[in-house]
This record gives sequence, structure tokens and C-alpha cells, in this order.
Amino acid sequence: MIETALSILVGIFFAVAVYLLLSKHTIRIMLGVVVLGNAANLSIFTAGRLTREVPPVIPPDLYVPEIATANPLPQALVLTAIVISFSLFAFLLVLAWRAYQDLDTDNTEEMRIAEPKADPLPPLSY
Amino acid sequence: MESASNPYGVDISQAMIVERVALADWLLVFPVALPLLAAAILVMLRSRPRLHAPIAIAVIGIVLVSNVALLSRVFDEGPFAMTMGRWLPPFGITFVADILGVLLATTAALVALVCALFGSTSIDLTGRRYGFYPFVLLLMTGVGGSFLTGDIFNLYVWFEVFLISSFGLLILGSERAQLDGAFKYAILNLVATTLFLIATGLLYGVFGTLNMADIALKADDLRDEAPLTMLATLYLVAFGMKAAAFPLHFWLPASYHTPRLVVGALFGGLLTKVGIYALLRTLYLLFPEEGGTLSGVIAVVAVLTMIFGVVGALAQTDIRRIMGFIVISGIGIMMAGLALGDRTGLAGTVLYAVHSMLVMAALYLLVALMRRAGGTYSLLELGGLYRSHPLLAAIALLLVLSAAGLPPGSGLWPKVMLVKSALDGDAGWLAFAILLSGLLTTLALGRVFALAFWRPRADGAAVPATPLDRSGLFALVLIVMPILWIGLYPEPVLAMADAAAASLLDPASYSLLVLPAGGGS
Amino acid sequence: MKTLILRTIAPYLAALMMIFSIFVLLRGHNDPGGGFIGGLLAASAFAIYGIASGVASARRAMRFHPMAIAGSGLAMSVLAGLASILFGVPFMTGLWAPPIPGIDFEISSVLFFDIGVYLVVLGAITSVALALEERDDE
Repeated sequence: MIETALSILVGIFFAVAVYLLLSKHTIRIMLGVVVLGNAANLSIFTAGRLTREVPPVIPPDLYVPEIATANPLPQALVLTAIVISFSLFAFLLVLAWRAYQDLDTDNTEEMRIAEPKADPLPPLSY
Repeated sequence: MESASNPYGVDISQAMIVERVALADWLLVFPVALPLLAAAILVMLRSRPRLHAPIAIAVIGIVLVSNVALLSRVFDEGPFAMTMGRWLPPFGITFVADILGVLLATTAALVALVCALFGSTSIDLTGRRYGFYPFVLLLMTGVGGSFLTGDIFNLYVWFEVFLISSFGLLILGSERAQLDGAFKYAILNLVATTLFLIATGLLYGVFGTLNMADIALKADDLRDEAPLTMLATLYLVAFGMKAAAFPLHFWLPASYHTPRLVVGALFGGLLTKVGIYALLRTLYLLFPEEGGTLSGVIAVVAVLTMIFGVVGALAQTDIRRIMGFIVISGIGIMMAGLALGDRTGLAGTVLYAVHSMLVMAALYLLVALMRRAGGTYSLLELGGLYRSHPLLAAIALLLVLSAAGLPPGSGLWPKVMLVKSALDGDAGWLAFAILLSGLLTTLALGRVFALAFWRPRADGAAVPATPLDRSGLFALVLIVMPILWIGLYPEPVLAMADAAAASLLDPASYSLLVLPAGGGS
Repeated sequence: MKTLILRTIAPYLAALMMIFSIFVLLRGHNDPGGGFIGGLLAASAFAIYGIASGVASARRAMRFHPMAIAGSGLAMSVLAGLASILFGVPFMTGLWAPPIPGIDFEISSVLFFDIGVYLVVLGAITSVALALEERDDE
């Protein structure tokens, strides 16, 4: 049941992320990347099966857990992914800010410094 | 050791590795651990940028030597694996030295060494203080880890490691064009790795394991009920984007010409090839049947990539941007082998990947030296370099022939194999596309050679014979030698590529190597 | 952001957060906690100190450049992993020193790995945070 609800939520996240990524403005694209990352994390979390209120901690006097516990691996994966996307996003934020300052625009259609529109054609004869 | 770590009286051989690990097996970890350690030390020495180049070059040299030793061992005695932290696979993260990964890792180390040498004169002290060499070493860590890991999530982590360091290298200098290019590069690559992450999360949901050997074992049983074709398609999209395959390649021509050219050489040489490697692994090791289903799509993508890439190159005036499009065209040729999927075709792809790593890096370095000799990147103004810099002209001619797939360059043999495989497999149109793209590449790069070297300069003045810096030229000669070697005497590398193709077509042996006792429950 | 209240309390708050971060780091050896979260806490301590007393004094308080701290942590983590080369076990295997009588704590390579992670996170995040705060000063 809860898996179904989360799957629908993941779908909504993806829809929002794609909508934002298709925008022209850098800030919205950045927000889209964040939402996309969260959608990915949530989908890993859901795909790893959900078990509530049973943390995977083994009591001190035992070698194996007593009952079936929550799967810690998806959470480790999500944590890794969060850490990585956090650092990438920190970089991206600084980059977008610098680009906005130096290029005087947050509209990606006007960001044509690397690929100028009026590039001349190469010489067509020797 | 045994008693110290096992005070509970439990039989740990059920969960842990008990045999001693031979010292020689550590060669498998060095390509990752040594650059990482060196990067850390260089970051600590950030106030002494003069020390950076010698330390980095020495460490990359050691990694190259260790990779060559690893390669000869794997080629002679067969592949082996090491699982981190003593946990038995599939629970621990496994590193696998098989011929495909090690061959590419060795080539990558050679390219990195050449670029580090080239950077020792072309990157100024400000750039070094900013962290050029630590970033190069981190990039190497990521690329080496990607080639050697046997765990799909670990592959994602290595992808991110080299992605982060490539961001750092891309904006070294902080020019306006760099910020523009880096933004597009960053967003599109981030979307690609997020797709990779999503695919891996769903894969874990289906298989309950992340070890690639274990996944390969379990794929057969799950084929009827699990959405494996969807997973394979997701990986195709994610890695296709990383490899800059049409129509997901737009980030590459937007960004690769903006950073320092030695950075362009590293990127053009290494990064897209990691995407191709990941495609080989996922489509042949993990999902062989689904990969076969997708081969029609891959073939179409391959043709479009190779043709659109080179047509883009024909339309450019700036020689840096021409090289970006040539990189894309090469990706198309490698994907053709992926689509063909027989032993000759796959061996062609592997050999082409080795060739492309060397030649693309060399072409970017050549562009840097042409700029130094001729003073501009524009084909409209360049000219007369043949008279003033004959050695550079000779190297340029060899590289042009090699990139176009003509003798005596290294590009000839992989293309011969791919065309043969296409003709054997009744895919004449694919063979035609490969040859057509070769012809167009000859036109695009031949024009660069004719205009920049043969043609007298537009204003009629003689080009001053500016001396090129020694270490830059030395680096270029160093990378041209293996290109010429593969072109003239391809047997050793060809045998390795063939062995790699054979092992790709036999996923069971890979699984048996990592998991001698069968898969985990 | 330089209100009197924040400026007065920031040094104490930062010191408290540093101590707590080390507690979380060491607690992570056997219980929830660990190097990453500890490093984040320490980085926020420096960030708060930087907001209150200025970036220059936060940098002085750190003595070393944040990236150098991150580099030392990375080196420590890699060395903790490489230590297993001496014992014939695979890379990154946890190694425990024999217990010292009277102390309920075992020194291990895992601990050094975690301290390395702590330093990497502390250095990298502080460096980003201080760079962003510096921009505001201009």
C-alpha cells in the first residue's frame, strides 16, 4: 500500500523535475536537478522494499538479528547518493551564480558565448 | 590474524575471505589508491605549486607501470578479483582485473601521463595553485575505478568522482566561455548520472544485489517476470548521454573547446570512452539478451552519431571545435561494434576505444601546439605552418590519417574489423556508414591540414619559426609513438582486444571468476 | 548578520558544536553517528563563526586552509585502507589493535578511516561555506 503511494509520489517528482528542466532559466533548471535527484533517491528507497519501525541493529549479545529488519542497503545507497548530489549541487550553485554574474543573463538561450551564433564558415576552397 | 579478528568462536569463512591475499593482487588497487593518495597530498601542498608537477608525473608514471604489469599478468594468467574489506562477494565491493578493464585503464594512465607532462609547461602557477594536478589525479582515480570495479553502484560512485573533478578542470581559468560551457556540461552530465542512479536503484529492487557477476547469474531466472529490457534501455540512455551519442551529445561541442586544451585532451581521451565501457559492461555482461533486442536502436544511433558528428566538424572554423565533433563521430563508430555484437565487432570496438583515447588526446594537444605556432585557432587565418614547423606537420599528418582510419595510423585496424563484422552480419548499410564517416573525417581533418600547414598564410607573410616548448612537443611525440606502433604492428593489442571481446561474450566465466561458489542468496 | 547577540554567542556556540561533532564522530564507531555527520557539524560550527565574526577570523581560527584539512583527511582514509597490505588481507579490511587493559575501546583502522572522512567533510564544506560568505562581504 505504502509502496503504491510512494511510487505515485516518485512519478509526480519526475514530472515536476522534467517540467523544470525544460525551462529556459538557469535557476529553474537547477531546481529541476534537485527535484530529479530527490525523485531518484525516493525511487531507490521504494525499490528496496519498505519495512517500518524495525531498525537493522543487532542486539549486543547476538550475531544475527532476531526478526526480519529493514534493509539497510538501500538507505546506504540513498545516503551515498545524497552526499554526492549535495556536493555536486553546491558546485552547480556557485557555477550558476558566477555564470549569472559574468554573462549577465540567466536565460540559457542567450548563453551563446561558447558557441557564438555568428561563427563564420570555414574557407571552402584551398 | 585469525584469532585476533575472531574472538567469538564463529565460523567466519561463511561470510569472510580467509585465504591470504597475495601481494601481487594489490596491483588491482593501485590505479585507484595511489592517485587518490597523491591528490590528497597535493591538496595539502597547495601553497607549494611548484612541487605539484613532479609529484603528479611520478605517481601517474608509477600507476602506468603497475597497470602494464597488471595487463601482462591478466593477459598471461587470466583475470582475477579482489573483494574489499574481506567480505565475501557479493557482499563486499569487488574489483575485477579482466582484460577489457585493464587494457582501457592502462591506456587511460598513458593518456593521463602525457597530459600531466604537457600541463607542466602549459598550466601556469595560478592554475596549479587552483588545483590542476589534484583534479587530474582525482579524474584518474575515477576513470581507473570505473574500469576496474565489479559493482554497479561503485561504478556510479566512480562516475561521480571523475564528474566532480572534470567540473573543477573545466572552469580552470574562469573565462566567460568556460562558465557558459561548464553550465551546460554540468547540467546534462548530472541528468545522465541521475538516470544511471535511477536505473541502479530499480535494478537493486529487481535483483537485490549490486555485484555485476551476481546480477549476470540471476538475470536468466528473472528474465520472464522482471522488466529487464526497461533497465537495459535506461542504462543505454544514461551511458549514451555520458558517451555523447546522438541525440544526447549536445553538451560535448558546447563545452570541450572552452577549457585549457590539455584539459580538452584529457576529456576527449578519457571521459566519453568510460561511457562506452559502461555500455559494454551493462549490455553484454548484465543484460545480453536485452542488449540484443536493443541492437537495432543502437545501430541507428551509431550511424546518426558518426555522420552527424563529422558533418558538424565539417561546418566549423575553430579547430578546437572541430576536434569536439570528431570525438562524437568516433563514439558512433564504437557504438556500431556494440550493435553488431559478434566477436570481431566487439574486438573492433575495444580496439577503437584504445585508438580513440590516444588519438583524441593527441589531436587536442596538437591543436594547442598549432595555436602556439600559428597564433590562432581559426582556419581562416592559420597557414604556412609546414614551412616553419616541419616536425609538427609530420605529426599532424600522422594523426589526421590515424583519426580518419587510414594507414599507417592506429585507426585502420579497428575500422577494418568493424567493417568486416558488419559485412559478415548482413549489415552492409552499417559498413557503408562507417566508410562514409571515414571519408568525411578525411575531408574534415585533411582540410585542417591543408589549410593550416600547406597553404601559405593569407597575408603572404612567412610564419615565424616560434620554438615550441620542449616538454609539450615531447609529450606529443610520446603519445604518437603508441599510435604508430598500433598502426604498424597491431598484433599484441589486437590479441588483447580479441580476448576482451571473447570474455564479453562469455558472461558466465566472469561470474565464475568473482563468485566461485555461485551467487549469494 | 552581525548582531550583538550572535557575535557574543557565536564563539561559545561554535566551540560547543565542535565538541559535539567530535562526540558524534567517536560515537559512530559502534552506534549511530560517524565521520560524515560529525564533519558536517564541525563545518557548520565554522560557518556560524564566520557569519558572526567575519570570514577572515574564521580562517585564522582554522589555522590551516580548509582544503589542506580536507586533503589530510583524504590521505588518512586512503592510508587506513592501504594499511591492510601489511596483513595479507584485501584493501579496506578493518584491522583492530589488541585491546588495552582497562580501556573499553579498541583502536582500529576503521576509526582512522572515519576521522579521515570527518576531516574531508569538515574541510570541503567549510571551504565552500566560507567562499560563499566571502562573496556577501564584497
